[in-house]
Amino acid sequence: MSEFLQQVINGLSLGAIYALIALGYTMIYGVLRFINFAHGDVFMVGAYIGFYAFPKLQPLLGDGYGTAVAVLLAAMIGCGLLGVTIERLAYRPLRSRPKLTVLITAIGISLFLEYTGQLPVVFGADYKTFPTLIPETTYTLFGGVSIGSTQILVFVVALALMAALRVVVLRTKIGTAMRAVSMNMNAASLMGININRVISFTFFLGSSLAGAGAVLYAISYPKINPLMGILPGLKAFVAAVLGGIGNIAGATLGGFLIGTAETMTAGYISPSYRDAIVFGILILILILKPSGLLGKGGAEKV
Amino acid sequence: MLSVQNLHVSYGAIAALKGISFNVPAGTVVTLIGANGAGKTTTLRTISGLVKASSGNVMFQDTDITNRPSHEIVKRGLCQSPEGRMIFPGLTVRENLMMGAYLRNDRKGIEQDMEYGFSIFPRLKERMKQAGGTLSGGEQQMLAIARALMSKPKLLLLDEPSLGIAPLLVKLIFEKITEINRDLGMTILLVEQNAHMALNVASYAYVLETGEITLEGPAKDLASNEEVQKAYLGM
Repeated sequence: MSEFLQQVINGLSLGAIYALIALGYTMIYGVLRFINFAHGDVFMVGAYIGFYAFPKLQPLLGDGYGTAVAVLLAAMIGCGLLGVTIERLAYRPLRSRPKLTVLITAIGISLFLEYTGQLPVVFGADYKTFPTLIPETTYTLFGGVSIGSTQILVFVVALALMAALRVVVLRTKIGTAMRAVSMNMNAASLMGININRVISFTFFLGSSLAGAGAVLYAISYPKINPLMGILPGLKAFVAAVLGGIGNIAGATLGGFLIGTAETMTAGYISPSYRDAIVFGILILILILKPSGLLGKGGAEKV
Repeated sequence: MLSVQNLHVSYGAIAALKGISFNVPAGTVVTLIGANGAGKTTTLRTISGLVKASSGNVMFQDTDITNRPSHEIVKRGLCQSPEGRMIFPGLTVRENLMMGAYLRNDRKGIEQDMEYGFSIFPRLKERMKQAGGTLSGGEQQMLAIARALMSKPKLLLLDEPSLGIAPLLVKLIFEKITEINRDLGMTILLVEQNAHMALNVASYAYVLETGEITLEGPAKDLASNEEVQKAYLGM
């Protein structure tokens, strides 16, 4: 029983990170109706922003949570701006073109980030070790179940960001405008809403969540390299599809489910199957309920 | 207030508007009537900047707004209640109205105008917290008009407010159009297939046929015009 609970904790902490990345996929899909396949690589860049920001910020803020928060913010802002730039330069000129064109462009951006990142003058192809942001302490809970300070940080940050996102999307004017644009872009522009600005804002929000996810991922699994975004990116995409693409609550739910499924598989079946199970879930959901757990019906070409 | 000059619009090789010109003087209700596919909706979409004109001009209050972005045109005081209503189905009635007031920041004025909307369409107040998509067609039309009013436009464009609505509600909505024009002194350009209703509320009318204006005149004269009666009024 305690082993099971332990797996749940580990799974949810991994799932929280997937959920943060999945939110970006789903929000961008919501307004533009296409999958931003470069999202996982924006996540990767976030880890490097954290990696390079740490030695600059640590002398100023010292050890401890001040630096951790600053590194997190740096990655969020950096990724947010990267997302906005990608949309502005690569996707916006193709706005009126078929969705397939944009999709292929996204794959191009993804490869561009992965392979430019491997250049020695950029990040380099080798693994780098992400700095320890907070001292690792393990707390033992009931029945031998333990939780690390890193995991606690992951939960606190992820849940706080999800709550903040909810407030932005449901309670603010720009959030309502985002929802309006996702429902009917023409009608939204007839209300005086500047569509481009709302889309930029969406890319900023979605990409900054990937940046936060990257720092949390990197403190949990401190080896980073320019290809590190591929698998978490794909898994978060599966999470977004599982929850119902375009649905914000669905992305969160999907993230937690995928994280838990992956950890459970690694713990009870075999670590070699952890990726297989995630993509198995994708195949099953596409066959059984393509609109996802919380999504609404209706066919949509990707 | 609005002056459209020799406006040409095409979709690919197909010419939808072949050089139309018309005027909407301040304070009046002007209607553009015509059959399906005549180019009525294209005209309004072009004025609002959703469709690009290939040549010609749209002048609004002596400023050239041809092919400007839609949100800029709204800012200048020209708002449209589009064909098919296009309300936001997942937003509540109140949120829909707030989106209409997107460019405004005067909280008090927004609340006042929302109250005005509720006073002409009390049904909307009852449904304030309901999602727009759950409203009936007639209620959605009320919402679309009230939403367009929330931007406090100087010129209101109405595209087929009678489309797909129960006849009793059509009558009500046209009464309200007259009321809005009278109470607020708002200039209205009304596009309609229901020529009978449109000629009743408008002071001046244009007849659009396959992308060209074939007839114009005071609404009363057109209503008694034999050709119009035969083609559009079913007499």
